[in-house]
Amino acid sequence: MTMAATREGKRGRTARLAPYALVLPGWLWLALFFVAPIASVISMSLMTGGLAAGYTFTFEIGNYARAVELYWEQILRSLLYGGLATLLCVAIGYPVAYWIAFKGGAYKSTYLLLVLLPFFVSFVLRTISWGFILSDNGVVLGTLKSLGLLPGDFGVLNSATAVVFGLAYNFLPFMVLPIYAVLERMDHGVVEAAHDLYAGRVQAFVRVVLPMSLPGVFAGVIMVFIPTSADYVNATVLGGADNTMIGKVIQTQYLVNNAYPLAAAITFILMAALLIGIFSYAKALGTEQVMEVQAR
Amino acid sequence: MATATEEPRTRHDAGARAGTPAISLEQISKAYRSGGEDVQAVRGIDLRIEQGEFFSLLGPSGCGKTTTMRMVAGFESPTSGTVRLHGDDVTGVAPHRRDVNMVFQSYALFPHMTVFDNVAFGLRRKREASGEIRRKVAEALELVELNGRERTKPGRLSGGQQQRVALARALVNRPSALLLDEPLGALDLKLRQAMQMELKRIQRDVGITFVYVTHDQGEALTMSDRIAVMNGGRVEQLGTPAEVYERPATRFTAGFIGTSNLLSGTVAGRSGEVATVRIEGAGEVRASCDAPAGARVDLTVRPEKIAMEAEEPAGDRARLAGTVTEVVYLGSATHYTVRLGDGSEVVVFRQNASDAASAAERGETVWVSWRPEHAYALPG
Repeated sequence: MTMAATREGKRGRTARLAPYALVLPGWLWLALFFVAPIASVISMSLMTGGLAAGYTFTFEIGNYARAVELYWEQILRSLLYGGLATLLCVAIGYPVAYWIAFKGGAYKSTYLLLVLLPFFVSFVLRTISWGFILSDNGVVLGTLKSLGLLPGDFGVLNSATAVVFGLAYNFLPFMVLPIYAVLERMDHGVVEAAHDLYAGRVQAFVRVVLPMSLPGVFAGVIMVFIPTSADYVNATVLGGADNTMIGKVIQTQYLVNNAYPLAAAITFILMAALLIGIFSYAKALGTEQVMEVQAR
Repeated sequence: MATATEEPRTRHDAGARAGTPAISLEQISKAYRSGGEDVQAVRGIDLRIEQGEFFSLLGPSGCGKTTTMRMVAGFESPTSGTVRLHGDDVTGVAPHRRDVNMVFQSYALFPHMTVFDNVAFGLRRKREASGEIRRKVAEALELVELNGRERTKPGRLSGGQQQRVALARALVNRPSALLLDEPLGALDLKLRQAMQMELKRIQRDVGITFVYVTHDQGEALTMSDRIAVMNGGRVEQLGTPAEVYERPATRFTAGFIGTSNLLSGTVAGRSGEVATVRIEGAGEVRASCDAPAGARVDLTVRPEKIAMEAEEPAGDRARLAGTVTEVVYLGSATHYTVRLGDGSEVVVFRQNASDAASAAERGETVWVSWRPEHAYALPG
């Protein structure tokens, strides 16, 4: 009797603790790889000193002022390039996702694989390949120039256009996949219902398909805008001296100049800028709706 | 609700030339290519659905009923044949240019819009004035008893309420015909029965032609003015619920609608409309049948037409002796299975009225009997 009662009590306690125990690895992971690095970067951004002498915490707000003063141009440029690349990804990725989801038929997974195929080659390698292909006297431009189809001083690289297109190219699958996921599971009946209620193809798309797929677009925009804004590979390989993005600055300050506090401050400014951008975007889209449809 | 019937239905009246059916299908066929072979979904259907009629397409899944309806809506185009709405050929016309509206099986409500916006969708596409839209939407929501829920999103409504929104969204446009594709399929039994009555009331109130697709014979019998029983892409029988139930024209209809008893025998002799049919091993019964003497026929009798007694009945009733093999008590009625001399079984329904004769037990020997005109031979 007492044994049974004890076992009962034990089982009750285990049952109560089980959810916490199950969630513990996740919390540990977050604490170790998210909270700790963030805390360390925050404290670093408020320090003074050098690599040789060591860094001391002095609550140096001046790091932020210096970061903005020195690099506001690169920060704005990064957000602009990231934004343009994201827009390009939406413009190209949405039709692709739509076509695969609605017209792909039995070959949907094949088409998706084709979209993902470039991922099997390293990101840096692909970008360098583009640099090679598009170089002023490379395979494409060189041939066209020798045929007299392009003026001799024509170039694609070292320009904002090259950087933005490179970013869009590299991150396109991140836009296609979430949009595809939403369109694919959309009840085709709603599209028919729209047609049935006197909406032509354009009206049905604008009033029904597009609004219902916004959660996918939202996810895609987040997944493209954040990494493109922070990217430095494309700007380095495809851009020139005028196209430096903030990612490159951070990298240089950390790894070349060892200016850890300044680099940390820039990192934080970029993060804040992205968060503000994302939240105002969610607000404009109607967060409630985005979350509601996504929850379904 | 009164306003609904008084509202001038200009769009109908223009098309409603005297005697023109609301919908007519002329030799409609539809073939699909699926997995390398041709599937004949619909094989030459001719139907005339009258103005204001509650018309059901009834049949098992795969019988072509939904394909037929989708051809009326314009979502499928027939391989051959003509679809007419109020006499006008609409065979190649896109769905959004057809004056019919559909209630989808999945409801297909727009999840990102409120109830009001869902119902107003069609009116807005037709560019009606906003005051008109508000008035009509309010009226439609009142008709389905959902007023007050305008600001709600469909996801927050129950299945039955979503069903009503779907109905209001279609009805508000006052189409010349409303197409309903198994709209009650997702509801539970009680709600389904309530909605059947509701649909019938609404149809009577608004006077719009309803075309109702269902595999549920009870639903079709309850609501319809006429039923087309479909099987294998063809119409097996067309008639009022009573005609289809009481006089199934084919073996399929007899089996699909209600329970029916089939007795196989040979025509032994005849006098006018009534033939004497010998059922080997069980006896002889009289039935309405026009087959010649010597022909093999299948007789059908509905279970509720059969009486069951311990003594052999007198008079001119057709009668056979048998043994009770199964007794199923259903509350208001009891279903008996009686095995006849030839080994076949007949099902007998008996109401559990207080003055009913004492119930039979399993294993008891009984006489089953019916009036000769309640049994008749099925062709083929």
